[in-house]
Amino acid sequence: MMYDLIIIGAGPAGITAGVYAARKRMNFLMISRDIGGQAFWSGDIENYIGYQFITGPELVEKFKEHLQNFDVELKEEEPVTNIQRKDSIIVVKTEKQEYQAKSVIVASGRNPRKLGAAGEEEYRNKGVTYCATCDGPLFANKDVAVIGGGNSGFDAVLQMVKIANKIHVIEIAPQIKADPIMLEKALKSGKVEIHTSSKVETIYGDRFVNGIKVKKQSEVLDIKLQGVFVEIGSLPVSSIVPDARKNSFDEIIVDCKCRTNIKGIFAAGDVTDVPAKQIIVACGEGCKALLGAFEYLSTIK
Amino acid sequence: MEKKITVYSTATCPYCAMVKNFLKDNNINFENKDVGQDHQAAREMVEKSGQMGVPVVDIDGEFIVGFNKPAIVKALGL
Repeated sequence: MMYDLIIIGAGPAGITAGVYAARKRMNFLMISRDIGGQAFWSGDIENYIGYQFITGPELVEKFKEHLQNFDVELKEEEPVTNIQRKDSIIVVKTEKQEYQAKSVIVASGRNPRKLGAAGEEEYRNKGVTYCATCDGPLFANKDVAVIGGGNSGFDAVLQMVKIANKIHVIEIAPQIKADPIMLEKALKSGKVEIHTSSKVETIYGDRFVNGIKVKKQSEVLDIKLQGVFVEIGSLPVSSIVPDARKNSFDEIIVDCKCRTNIKGIFAAGDVTDVPAKQIIVACGEGCKALLGAFEYLSTIK
Repeated sequence: MEKKITVYSTATCPYCAMVKNFLKDNNINFENKDVGQDHQAAREMVEKSGQMGVPVVDIDGEFIVGFNKPAIVKALGL
């Protein structure tokens, strides 16, 4: 079976490409481990035009409904391991099988970045969490640390201010990067203690987390706490396209038509070097990539 | 015999919603315990399962963490 197009990923970029492909009656396949990608994990969205306020899961539900209007072939639960051009076709390998297509759109998005501290894996779901929205309520009246002083870190801090007893913010850089309005709100609660130029070295405990050891310049702080929320950004899922040109952040480099350096392979959304990692931008890029792929297919027929 | 199923969840957690929707779509009865509101349920979940992350699904004493569809399918014999 030779597809015209395979779309990798079903976040905002992949779903938009899918809707456009379906309307063009293309012979295409979508492969994704989930629907919605990072958008699913967004709390409150107030800047997606047309909705003054919508939550991430609600917006994803709308996207899904839109896509499911069409008869779309979607493979879940088979992670993509490799995408490569061989002669004039693109071969997509998953953990289960191999697919062939004339073109591919890589919209694989990003994964949360791990901390790399000792004990992080051992205490995962035993105090260490990557989803404050999910697990926050389990830490009612406890002491916790949020690792990362960016906007997503402070998003977690502001959620925990209402729940936890005390929140330590651990930021590796000398300064907090979150928007000042978030920082002000956090400090006003009186529950937040900020440690800049600080790095988590060890997460320790017995059955559950009991504390962390933090290197703050030349001293080592031992902070007793029960919860560790990791919010230190994300990494693009780009290693599945080994031959694609990438920038120093491992993002796939694309041109204004979402073309990569490999003929027939396009990329869209947060996996690319396009600035502004926003849902609305990813949707637009998914559209551009599909139109780019469509144009490409018309030239090779 | 029907299995006894408890889902420990929080109201704001996307994976919890996915687990519950999956069970509903398969017409499987379950009890939902909101560990964000119900602190006793939270303690119960942590003690029984040794987990501090939601969702946790208890299927006749077998604990499944996260939305692990293959594991749930297997445990339920779907």
